[in-house]
Amino acid sequence: MTTASVRRNGRRGMFYWQLAFTLLICLFMIVPVVMSVTAGLTENYFVGLSSGLTTRWLVEVWNLYAQSIWLSIYLALSCLGVTLVLGIPAAYGLLKSQKRWASLVEELLLMPVAVPGLATALALLLAYGGFRGFRSSWLFILVGHVLFTLPFMIRPVLAVMQSINVVKLEEAASSLGARPVQRFLSVVLPNCTSGILAGALMVLTLSVGEFNITWMLHTPLTKTLPVGLADSYASMRLEVGSAYTLIFLMMILPFLIVVQWLGQVMTRKASARVS
Amino acid sequence: MSPDRRESRRQPRSGAVFEGRSVPKGRRRLRGWSWMLAPALGFFLAFWLLPFVRLIVMGAGPDNNTGIAGYWMVLTHEQYLSSLMSTLLLSIAVSVSAVLIAGFCGYFLARHQFPGKSWLLSMLTFPLAFPGVVVGFLVIMLGGRQGALAQLSLWATGERWTFAYSLTGLFVGYLYFSIPRVIMTVMAACEKMDTSLEEAARSLGANTRQVVVDVIIPAIRPALISTGAICFATSMGAFGTVFTLGTRINVVPIAIYGEFTNYANFAMAAALSVILGLVTWISLFFARRLSGEYVGGGA
Repeated sequence: MTTASVRRNGRRGMFYWQLAFTLLICLFMIVPVVMSVTAGLTENYFVGLSSGLTTRWLVEVWNLYAQSIWLSIYLALSCLGVTLVLGIPAAYGLLKSQKRWASLVEELLLMPVAVPGLATALALLLAYGGFRGFRSSWLFILVGHVLFTLPFMIRPVLAVMQSINVVKLEEAASSLGARPVQRFLSVVLPNCTSGILAGALMVLTLSVGEFNITWMLHTPLTKTLPVGLADSYASMRLEVGSAYTLIFLMMILPFLIVVQWLGQVMTRKASARVS
Repeated sequence: MSPDRRESRRQPRSGAVFEGRSVPKGRRRLRGWSWMLAPALGFFLAFWLLPFVRLIVMGAGPDNNTGIAGYWMVLTHEQYLSSLMSTLLLSIAVSVSAVLIAGFCGYFLARHQFPGKSWLLSMLTFPLAFPGVVVGFLVIMLGGRQGALAQLSLWATGERWTFAYSLTGLFVGYLYFSIPRVIMTVMAACEKMDTSLEEAARSLGANTRQVVVDVIIPAIRPALISTGAICFATSMGAFGTVFTLGTRINVVPIAIYGEFTNYANFAMAAALSVILGLVTWISLFFARRLSGEYVGGGA
């Protein structure tokens, strides 16, 4: 055997070792999810699969926690609404303002993400906890969610605005006689759709899954899905917790698939533009 | 910029022009559009900055039991120092292990094409969206009293082995949500890297170890350090996982929660939160400077 072929064989051996290691890590990521899904669908997890499959745990979760699931959906959509209203103008403002200012403002708006949710929630509670009506309504949680998700709306929108050269488009529009507001609504916004879409998906996923802030801010009447999850893990049987997790997974799965699909479309577009 | 100019012409002459200096262009642009930032900034000021400044002030207040200022208590009392140290060590251990393990996987996935790769990649990265509570539950599935390990060890040795309700369980949980993030960052860095460097090193006779140490790691070092810093910050501030695993594990988020809900010791809770926030903010700031990437802790 020549040295070259020895090296080639060696590299092929390396390939299989690396693949095996990667598969092992993949098992670590997947096995607990599969176990949890199975547990949520088996009659009795202590006995095992032989006790039969059932949907009764899913039904039980629905009976116990349907309200928390609805509240989470409602909250996520409201959070999306608020971040759209606050975030898109903010991205435009950042684009138009001086670089030094823009980076300072962006750094500030990122603080609620950089600081643990527990600290943000504590600050909110100590400052506004005294306003009984506000504290006990779902709006209190909404404020926390908006603080946490707003940067994830601003960032992709700003990135798209920077990449499509909004300034040039606007110059063209204004030379055709469009007024500033008209330019913003009919030229800038439609050109940012992909960024808005990416931001919206991120905001929805984060809001539905947010726990750290929500746990501190919730009241017995304003329980969200993750709060209910923690509740069921602590006080219900394993099958119920698993079934609830299964419902959560089914809720976020469509978002994740769309995000992945969007990412692929975007990279394909980008590579098409390069070549 | 013509509309801006038109607007400024319509405006009455401002003091700046009377003094013979025109307003700098950047300032003029800012004035024209800064109102677009106002709603977001107003929201942020009212609901985050002001409350947080108050939190910083409260942290200097006296502790309920000893009357010593909160920050000083954290830095001098063994109870708080030990939870701070164990959280720091745990987070460092998590980020180093995650970078090693996922760096290896990410490099492998970026460099090789094989059937089923996209499936493998989706399975490795979809747990990115799991909240901390769910990750905690998955750790219980692996190492809890009815977990995979307990069942295996029961079958093999007749005993139930568990690790979920301890620092080990927390380590496994944090590793679980760090791995997908590191894999994605490392893959992106490797795809940007010039493969000809690697080929050149090989054709000059470098063996695999030399290629890895001298070519690949230096090329993706910023990505490795920044993703490590993000994992560190996330592990420092994470609350959901440890909350699910049991509130007896001595880490800072649990200490904050305990001080606040069990003892209503607001000064200590505030002091601990501010110190924790400072640590995570610094490490994320550092990560952003290194990579320009825009990610924060979340779990």
